[in-house]
Amino acid sequence: MNKLVTTIKEAVELSGLKNGMTVSFHHHLRNGDYVLNMVMEEIARLGIKDLTVNASSLFDVHLPLIEHIKNGVVTNVSADYISGGLGRHFSCGVMENPVSFRTHGGRPSDIISGKTPIDVAFIAAPSCDPMGNCSGKYGKSACGSLGYAMVDAMHAKKVVVITDNLVKYPLADWSISETNVDYVVSVEEIGDPKGIVSGTTKITRDPVGLVMASMAAKTIEASGLLKDGFSFQTGAGGASLAAAKFLKEIMLEKNIRGSFGLGGITGYMVDMLNAGCFEKLLDVQCFDLSAVESIKNNPNHMEISAQHYASPTAKSAVVDSLDVVILGATEIDTDFNVNVHTDSNGYIMGGSGGHSDTAAGAKLSMIIAPMFRARLPIITDRVNCISTPGKDIDVLVTQGGIAVNPKNSELKERLVLSGLPVISIEELKEKTERITGKPEKIKKGDRVVAEVVGRNGEILDEIYSVC
Amino acid sequence: MDIIKSATAGTMESSDAYVEIEPGNGKNEISVESVVWMQFGEKIRTAVEEVLNELEVENAKVRVVDRGALECVIRARVETAVLRGKGEK
Repeated sequence: MNKLVTTIKEAVELSGLKNGMTVSFHHHLRNGDYVLNMVMEEIARLGIKDLTVNASSLFDVHLPLIEHIKNGVVTNVSADYISGGLGRHFSCGVMENPVSFRTHGGRPSDIISGKTPIDVAFIAAPSCDPMGNCSGKYGKSACGSLGYAMVDAMHAKKVVVITDNLVKYPLADWSISETNVDYVVSVEEIGDPKGIVSGTTKITRDPVGLVMASMAAKTIEASGLLKDGFSFQTGAGGASLAAAKFLKEIMLEKNIRGSFGLGGITGYMVDMLNAGCFEKLLDVQCFDLSAVESIKNNPNHMEISAQHYASPTAKSAVVDSLDVVILGATEIDTDFNVNVHTDSNGYIMGGSGGHSDTAAGAKLSMIIAPMFRARLPIITDRVNCISTPGKDIDVLVTQGGIAVNPKNSELKERLVLSGLPVISIEELKEKTERITGKPEKIKKGDRVVAEVVGRNGEILDEIYSVC
Repeated sequence: MDIIKSATAGTMESSDAYVEIEPGNGKNEISVESVVWMQFGEKIRTAVEEVLNELEVENAKVRVVDRGALECVIRARVETAVLRGKGEK
């Protein structure tokens, strides 16, 4: 049996891809990914039209996609996150059909249930053998975990693996097994290592960020959750990482041994694992070199699929066992609804990713954000887009005080008893507007350019055109 | 106060404003660009006008490139540009 084909074109032809079908991609190569562009270029050359692209995330490196949309090759896009350069085109209405945003847990759930079936999945693999056993841990384009690609590989009708490091059979330490793979293509490069992983993700040095981070760590300490067995996820933003650093200090000082760290994993989480703050790391995506090295060498640093990470329809997912998550926000409203999809002018510049999933699962979901950014207050009467519903958010930490969602009165009492600066979200909003002035509301366009599908399948919000 | 030469104040850093001033053609002409135009455009223009009035500047071209500065920052940058443009050290 031979699965090895010489070109992407041949693989696309053999896969039986036709007009109107769905192709899928994963984003572990992040802004260094070459695979989506290479594949879409071949598909366009073959004259195939009217495709749905279902990608776990899209980055600015994928700008050529916009041409394929203009040419009718792609007519639907589904993603969990779209970065700002690309998002601007969607906000300006480049595509007739609205983008369908899902969460990192909702996406695998809908693929598995058949709600959003995939015809052909294209897997970018930093190492693969000729039968399709593949891994992200080895090779010049190593990215670590292949968590988001696992579900695509298991449930797509056809699976094509594209690699730049073809190794002898068998690649024993596989993340995706040959049992799911139809074709393997070897190419020169699947990505630019500089865009795949950052050298080091840096902690903020901004004094405001450090004040917030310190308050965030103290809030976790005061919550009563910080004890042996503690589990934790944090984002890769500067202030979130600084919070992890402060938390690590508290955990070491009090000799607290946590159970696991979760998420997109950075070097800071690896440091916490190595320092004994956690027994395991559960990793759906590696953010930096240190995380890639760790997942390769440390058996306590485990790779998990997107389904296992966050699916709401799995019998259980790791987010269901999560104690604390620290998350960001572009805006939060007085009902604690959070926007991470659009910027303050309404342009698409992000997406939920695992935001809503971890917020729903964690016992304490914390937003960390400055009172204002470039004069724009973070707290509004109503966010421009609901990415994560307020019912799933427990607390907002800013440099001007800590606002607890009234639904969590126990947390509020604990924070007050610990002497932390608790303030109502309405007061915090007024306090901010005394500094910034009250902003005028932005005008929305008249077309819906994206819909935000909540993790349980409900339409949470619609995003309107800007241009 | 007469503006006798062109002058600048501020920077293009986020949360700052960059102000250019030069002698006018008989009246004040103000242009404002801002990353928060939709939210604060009118407030910024009013603040610039107020500073010019307070300093009795009646014949100047003022260009403000705002990068999300607080109003106190914008006022300070405009005032500095005016004082530099009138020739004070």
